[in-house]
Amino acid sequence: MQHKLFGRYALGESASALLLGGPAFLLLSIFLALPFVRAIQLSFTNQFLVQPRNQPAQNVGFDNYDRLLSFSLIQLDPQLDPETGDWQRDRRGDVVFRWRPRTPPAGYENLVGFNILYTFKAPDLPLVPESVAGRYHALMAKDPLFWRALFNNFYFALFVVPIQSAFALGLALLVDQKLRGMTLYRTIYFSPVVTAMAVISVLWIFLYNPDRGLINRLLETLSFGGLGPFRWINDPHEAMPAIMLMSIWQGAGFQMVIFLAGLQNIPEDLYEASGIDGAGTLAKFRFITLPMLRNSIVFVAITTTILAFRLFTQVEVMTGGGPENATMTVIWYAIEQGWRTGQGNVGYASAISVIFVSIVLIISILQRGIIRSDNVLER
Amino acid sequence: MATLSETQQQARQAAQAARLRRIVRQALTYSLMTFLAFFFLFPIVFMLVASVKPDRLVISELDSIRAFIPDPAVLTLENFQGVFRRVPFEQYMFNSIFITASIVIGGLIVNSMAAFALARMQWPGRKTLLAIIISLIIIPFEAIAVPLLYQVNRMPWLTDGGWLDSYHVQIIPFLADAFSIYLFYQFFISLPKDFDEAARVDGAGFLRIYSTIILPLSRPVFATVAILQFLQYWSFFMWPLMVTRGEAHRPLMVGMQQFFGEAPLVWGQIMAYAAMVTLPVLIIFLMFQSWFVRGITSSGVKG
Repeated sequence: MQHKLFGRYALGESASALLLGGPAFLLLSIFLALPFVRAIQLSFTNQFLVQPRNQPAQNVGFDNYDRLLSFSLIQLDPQLDPETGDWQRDRRGDVVFRWRPRTPPAGYENLVGFNILYTFKAPDLPLVPESVAGRYHALMAKDPLFWRALFNNFYFALFVVPIQSAFALGLALLVDQKLRGMTLYRTIYFSPVVTAMAVISVLWIFLYNPDRGLINRLLETLSFGGLGPFRWINDPHEAMPAIMLMSIWQGAGFQMVIFLAGLQNIPEDLYEASGIDGAGTLAKFRFITLPMLRNSIVFVAITTTILAFRLFTQVEVMTGGGPENATMTVIWYAIEQGWRTGQGNVGYASAISVIFVSIVLIISILQRGIIRSDNVLER
Repeated sequence: MATLSETQQQARQAAQAARLRRIVRQALTYSLMTFLAFFFLFPIVFMLVASVKPDRLVISELDSIRAFIPDPAVLTLENFQGVFRRVPFEQYMFNSIFITASIVIGGLIVNSMAAFALARMQWPGRKTLLAIIISLIIIPFEAIAVPLLYQVNRMPWLTDGGWLDSYHVQIIPFLADAFSIYLFYQFFISLPKDFDEAARVDGAGFLRIYSTIILPLSRPVFATVAILQFLQYWSFFMWPLMVTRGEAHRPLMVGMQQFFGEAPLVWGQIMAYAAMVTLPVLIIFLMFQSWFVRGITSSGVKG
């Protein structure tokens, strides 16, 4: 039987389908699939955005990955003070290490090109081997900034995912009550979601101002002077928590709505039956609400984790990765390398992107494993 | 008799106690929820209030209630005038609206047609293609931003201008969206098959089936996709930052950074700019609230 695309012109079903779906399929291939394949390919080259004329792009094998991922743990003694013979200390009282990446000290010749990522002192405890105890160690990496960015992303995810999910679940439980005015509260809690992150970030720069910012003032007033003043995004230790707090504030309403839908799908008679059996509020939450919300919880946890690894706008607008790289993230670093710096190191940025996708992929595969997937292919 | 009235009295007391407990619990619930409402609203209210105050008061009134309730006597529009003096706000607003509207409307058309072809038509390879498209959902834009920039940098365009610093570089790459196709597909596949089969027997072409049978039945999913795409691209930041150089094609979010590039830092103006960016979206959200909630919900999982 001959099917038609338009009333008059006869066209096979396959041709019609390609005509209808063609634009989307073509655009997806050019602007999503192709750049993705290119990212993998470029990650094995030293391609620049603006290629220097005398230096054509070359295949460099795994060099980019080697530079990104190489790390090593070594024993490293602090610099000694020439006068006293003690460990040299800086103004903050931290011991000082000397390390020249091009000419490492004797015994470390295999670590040419490495930099200090993190130093720590092994604890002087009974079970720790004598050769290690009480001595300083250094994590060395060829690109400490990348590891710092990776660490920051995990740090962000570790706190934001559980706190934001639990907070959103609490909000959903609150607005799910059959009381007057719940729609109003739901609307208020959701409103930050529809405001753009770039705008919110600028707004919160002002709120976080150490001297005159509203948040320090509020904390001071509410705690009768007991809390603060915090330096927030100006302090290496407080900057990431500050961005976390703002991100939770912005995103909680989104997850609240997803939890709310999950809550409203729980059949009322489950609660009624358990009420007859004498279950209290807590027991109902533990044995009905939580199990019935399992899919929503997994979905929210996974999407928030992936969002945490995509962290960019807040960092770009508020801190530019600082202070002292405390808010540098993987994506921010990739953009920094591939776009902002002079010629744009596309090859290196692509390698970062490939590692980033691998992380996201692993998280997504975990999701597939945990969640009972509603597989559309099998319908 | 005495024992009966005693039990009655006990019952009444118990009922009273229960009611009291309920009232106390409701009062606690409402105070908690109001406190949370304050937590979610204070930055937005602060922004709106600061935008209509003289700039010097924005900072000096931070620790008084005046940070949230403006003094009617000093209300002013000078910050808004300042914004228009300092940046081409109308241009940015037009750019943002034009880019977002193009992506949303164009995206609705191409993505729904693709989903229609995948869900309602029989052709070899459609299952493979669907599987590929679903797996593309996982790739975040952030991962391909740099390679895409590299790619469009050397792609041909109709005019000599090329791709960088243009409208099309901010629109065309984002028209097709794997997740939108997936949402459309899920909806289309759930519609009964008999509708279009009957139409086919009557000799209707696929385009007619799509536009006269499927489209009218699918308003909810169109609204969902439109809202999700709108939210995403109205606040799109990374890509416009990378591809716009001058003011001509710059959207609102990137234009905002201009206040930080040059002294003096006038917070009143920044708040006015933020208010003008945020208010239209907040109003649209309040008008179509239930659609927003439904859209977000269906982007998640069922149950």
